[in-house]
Amino acid sequence: MKFDTPAGTNPIDRMRVVGQPTARIDGPLKVSGKAPYAYEHHDVPGKPAYGYVVGAAIAKGAIRSIDTAQAERAPGVITVVTHRNAGKLGKGRMNTANLLGGPRVEHYHQAIAVVVAETFEQARAAAAMIDVDYARDGGTFDLAAAKTGAAEQGGENAPTAVGDFEGAFASAPVKLDATYTTPDQSHSMMEPHATIAQWDGDGVTVWTSNQMVAWGKKELAATLQIAPEKVRLVSPYIGGGFGGKLFLRSDVVMASLASRAAKRPVKVALQRPLIPNNTTHRPATIQRIRVGCSRDGKITAIGHESWSGNLPDGDLETATMQTKLLYAGPNRMTAMRLAVLDLPEGNAMRAPGEAPGLMALEIAMDEMAEKLGMDPVKFRVINDTQVDPEKPDRPFSQRNLVRCLEDGAKRFGWSRRKAPGQTRDGRWLVGMGVAAAFRNNLNQKSAARVRLNASGQVTVETDMTDIGTGSYTIIAQTAAEMLGVPLAKVSVKLGDSAFPAAAGSGGQWGANSSTAGVYAACVKLREQVVQSLGFGQGEATFENGTVRVGNRSADLAQAAKAGELIAEDAMEYGDLAKKFQQSTFGGHFVEVGVDRYTGEVRVRRMLAVCAAGRILNPTSARSQVIGAMTMGVGGALMEELAVDKRFGFFVNHDLAGYEVPVHMDIPHQEVVFLDEADDKVSPMKAKGVGELGLCGVGAAVANAIYNATGVRIRDYPITLDKHLDKLGDVA
Amino acid sequence: MRPFTYERAASARDAAAKAAATPGARFIAGGTNLLDLMKLEIETPTHLIDVNGLGMDKIEPIDGGGLRIGALVRNTDLAADARVRKSYGVLTRALVAGASGQLRNKATTAGNLLQRTRCPYFYDVNMPCNKRKPGSGCAAIGGFSRQLAVIGTSDACIATHPSDMAVAMRVLDASVETIRPDGTTRAIPIADFHLLPGSTPQKETALDKGEMIISVALPKPRGGTHIYRKVRDRASYAFALVSVAAVINRDGTGAVALGGMAHKPWRVEEADALLPKGSKAVAERLLAGATPREDNAFKLTLAQRTIASVIAEAKA
Amino acid sequence: MTEGCGAISRRDVLKTSAAGAAIAGSLGPGGMAMAQAGANAPPHMPVRMEVNGKPVSLDLDTRTTLLDALREHLKFTGTKKGCDHGQCGACTVIVNGRRINSCLTLAVMHEGDTVTTIEGLGTPDNLHPMQAAFVAHDGYQCGYCTPGQICSAVSVLEEIRAGIPSHVTQDIGKAPAMTTTEMRERMSGNICRCGAYSNIAEAMADVAGVKAEGVKA
Repeated sequence: MKFDTPAGTNPIDRMRVVGQPTARIDGPLKVSGKAPYAYEHHDVPGKPAYGYVVGAAIAKGAIRSIDTAQAERAPGVITVVTHRNAGKLGKGRMNTANLLGGPRVEHYHQAIAVVVAETFEQARAAAAMIDVDYARDGGTFDLAAAKTGAAEQGGENAPTAVGDFEGAFASAPVKLDATYTTPDQSHSMMEPHATIAQWDGDGVTVWTSNQMVAWGKKELAATLQIAPEKVRLVSPYIGGGFGGKLFLRSDVVMASLASRAAKRPVKVALQRPLIPNNTTHRPATIQRIRVGCSRDGKITAIGHESWSGNLPDGDLETATMQTKLLYAGPNRMTAMRLAVLDLPEGNAMRAPGEAPGLMALEIAMDEMAEKLGMDPVKFRVINDTQVDPEKPDRPFSQRNLVRCLEDGAKRFGWSRRKAPGQTRDGRWLVGMGVAAAFRNNLNQKSAARVRLNASGQVTVETDMTDIGTGSYTIIAQTAAEMLGVPLAKVSVKLGDSAFPAAAGSGGQWGANSSTAGVYAACVKLREQVVQSLGFGQGEATFENGTVRVGNRSADLAQAAKAGELIAEDAMEYGDLAKKFQQSTFGGHFVEVGVDRYTGEVRVRRMLAVCAAGRILNPTSARSQVIGAMTMGVGGALMEELAVDKRFGFFVNHDLAGYEVPVHMDIPHQEVVFLDEADDKVSPMKAKGVGELGLCGVGAAVANAIYNATGVRIRDYPITLDKHLDKLGDVA
Repeated sequence: MRPFTYERAASARDAAAKAAATPGARFIAGGTNLLDLMKLEIETPTHLIDVNGLGMDKIEPIDGGGLRIGALVRNTDLAADARVRKSYGVLTRALVAGASGQLRNKATTAGNLLQRTRCPYFYDVNMPCNKRKPGSGCAAIGGFSRQLAVIGTSDACIATHPSDMAVAMRVLDASVETIRPDGTTRAIPIADFHLLPGSTPQKETALDKGEMIISVALPKPRGGTHIYRKVRDRASYAFALVSVAAVINRDGTGAVALGGMAHKPWRVEEADALLPKGSKAVAERLLAGATPREDNAFKLTLAQRTIASVIAEAKA
Repeated sequence: MTEGCGAISRRDVLKTSAAGAAIAGSLGPGGMAMAQAGANAPPHMPVRMEVNGKPVSLDLDTRTTLLDALREHLKFTGTKKGCDHGQCGACTVIVNGRRINSCLTLAVMHEGDTVTTIEGLGTPDNLHPMQAAFVAHDGYQCGYCTPGQICSAVSVLEEIRAGIPSHVTQDIGKAPAMTTTEMRERMSGNICRCGAYSNIAEAMADVAGVKAEGVKA
């Protein structure tokens, strides 16, 4: 099915099941420990051996020699795989560094060996016996120092310019020119990257933890140099990803190589201290923002430049993307430059681009509002645009940013906000901050298969993943709505490359795209049902387990009496996304307290108002948003991979060193969804919220801190040491 | 983790004798730090002596005042003890500021004193570390040192001691009671229990080979307002950037010790006398001779301001 | 080594008894138990525990953590390995009535102990009230930290009722109050990167029968 004209009325609009705050259908399995994650598939035939990954001890250079003899002789050891005996490997299109290093080492903790033994304890002990002699090369590890050599990129990441930015900025009566930095961040999902691999002849099955099943299958085939049809990838439950499991990682490659060498199933989980350097991270940015305004607060010039680094052939962090679309203004420019660094591979983390981009832009907007003497909500409102500012003949499909901000301000008690440094509560300096949230809606082709059996049970099969997003539940809701059955009549099978290829979980496209694919398959199944029942032409309604065409009706199950009905289809997209800019919007409101003695920041209240099209399940969507808000607090206050610029690695590479928020950091969170349905995006009329919820949170926290203290910090995370000496003397 | 043999000790004296006589032997109680380090082969014992069965889990009054805390009293139980809450509140406060509920349920009094630094370079076996591998150098000096020590450091090591409990015990003038392999016992003042790194950062305490902590003695209650203020980036489950343990009397006199600043709980008795003069005088004396790095110089300001906060709280 | 057994079969029980008889003499305090088979094999030791109400008997490499004994030997994979270093809380189980990190304790140190994992609290068809509250309040997303959160949550309510003080207890001379602030502080050893904290606090408040702070009526 192709979606190339705005959606009309369809069965989803009934919203009897879709749009209801249904508890997750996979919930009982998760809360009782029965949902099987990658390392936990007890049904794998044969007794798996244990693989333990060895990471490189240097950031850049070569392995001169690697002595595995002692490890191979150690008790229980079956084999050791290194670059010497792994055979020729390819590299996935989406990987920058090789997933098995050697003899070249491209980054710290790059996997260079896997030790396979009968038990985990034996594999771990033997891994420590591998003796490696390295030739260490010098490398570039400091973004600020490498900034001058950074290069502009082409294609989608090329610089943009509209009007005369330099002239308009120079002549603007009120202007801001400020530089902001965001650090390297780690996904830190709770489930380590893990895989069980098993070969059967020349084909391999991997039970793994991967957000994108179809990509993973293709990329693993490319890496192992086998045909894609020789790979089966199974990933039904994923213990968090946030972009860290979008691509093939070393666990799956090392497990596959180990299993091939050991001739039996092998299970590998990356050790937590390996994860930050072995896998990917969100790259640090340096961002310069210039805004010029008329005295009445209209933006006349807006420019956003960003610098980030990556390994050779890596991508940049697209931190300026939202600035092309978020605010009006006739004269505009964006530019992104990429420096070559020898740190681990930078790649997508939740809301790549917008998350760090808005951390900077939305502080700049706060600073500019203050320069203008204008309320920051009002400043954003008067610079709203209903069209793409770079292409004014291209409207937004739906844009309710202003309502998000104004509703939010009312709900949050924004009018009580005072000037910076004026609100006290005992030892706490109290402040409120606001930021706009913005993230584009992206649609991806997505397929599904729907089965109806003689007892009226519906089964959906698709390789879509549920990384905590609620896919199981919203897919079941979609099928139930389309076929007029209660939720209990639908079972959902996900995350197996044997199923039709879905959109996968990334770019907040999963909910809308995957349910649209299920919609397409259900449309086809409805046709089969009507045909099977011999009802002929006419509009069919599917309700309460009954199918009606005109005055004829029958139980849905009746249609499958003669045999299971199976329908498969995909949703594909035409050019509506070109004609209409499709985005999601929100307003984040935060209240913080700053200890006037110690400078510690604690979040007291949080509110998000989101406009993201139809909300398929307000319960799981709300959870996406509060989770993103929590991650935003982490980014604002504590998360930073500390770079050792001498040795070239992230020093705080575990969950004690890399702090993410804990329960005590997060207050009760409020989330409001505007009642919307966007007919330009899909028959579901839904967009995503999982990344929107993060976008802008960091800046809202930063702006609240400024409002509390009167001290502006432009470098994240805003740890106490950055404002401590400006908080006024205490005796 | 290297293979090891394991035994359950029969008595404290036997355990100490066995530990002295068996190469590669270590005691294990809560295990929350030792096993963490064994997994990374930072600790590589070949024999573990499990002392959990030895009793030593009681808190008992000492004749003439004071409390004797068994080495195996879990952090949770010590924090919850009514006598500790009433008369040694700084100790309860320090304990509940540390780690997590789960860890406190397992971690013991002796193990808490003996826990090793959380310096990230100590934890990464690819990096030079004089504590882990004497003579290999210190990667933390010149590296990421935000969490690390600012005073009492040496050219060999800038690690901090991570305990909260020990900082409170320092301000309470506790003493650490031990048994030696020959069966003799001794009491080590907490001030002398932890060592500064000097040129031998691998040696962290005054304990001799095989010597085992059997209890910690608290002197009779000293009264005053008990405060433990721990400053950290996240609100819980994090090691201190700086912590202040203080007992402050109504007249403004008292005692103060710092955590997160040095290789041991940091207290300078002469600084106590300056408490009535305010935080700046106290901090100046406490931190005289500090050798901060660029990353952690803020700790000097933070310590002063946190002491100020504690003094203000005591007055309130 | 005992084969993986979610449910203990009669054969396992028999094996348990036999093993128990064989080692009974060597396991008392002071006994040195080092079943060192062959020069090359790592030291093994027998251990008997009660897990989720059933006796289990294992012969383990001494290096085996309680976490790996549960997951890899007994197939109780509801207990999760998130970090293996006591930094995340995903491995939280209840031993002799107290929650601990099962990754930082050796299985052989739990001779005679009673262990409750998430599987012992309830099943999908018969959920423990805390499990049901997590479903009702959407107190999770990916689900990986969830068993640890729930084991902690059950214990936390008991710890508050038992009067154990916390970092946020205003007056440590008194019993702590049953508030979501107390719950949040005590739950802080269980990291949820999906960020379900706000919902978890509300699930716990529901089970405790108190109002969650900050929630508008």
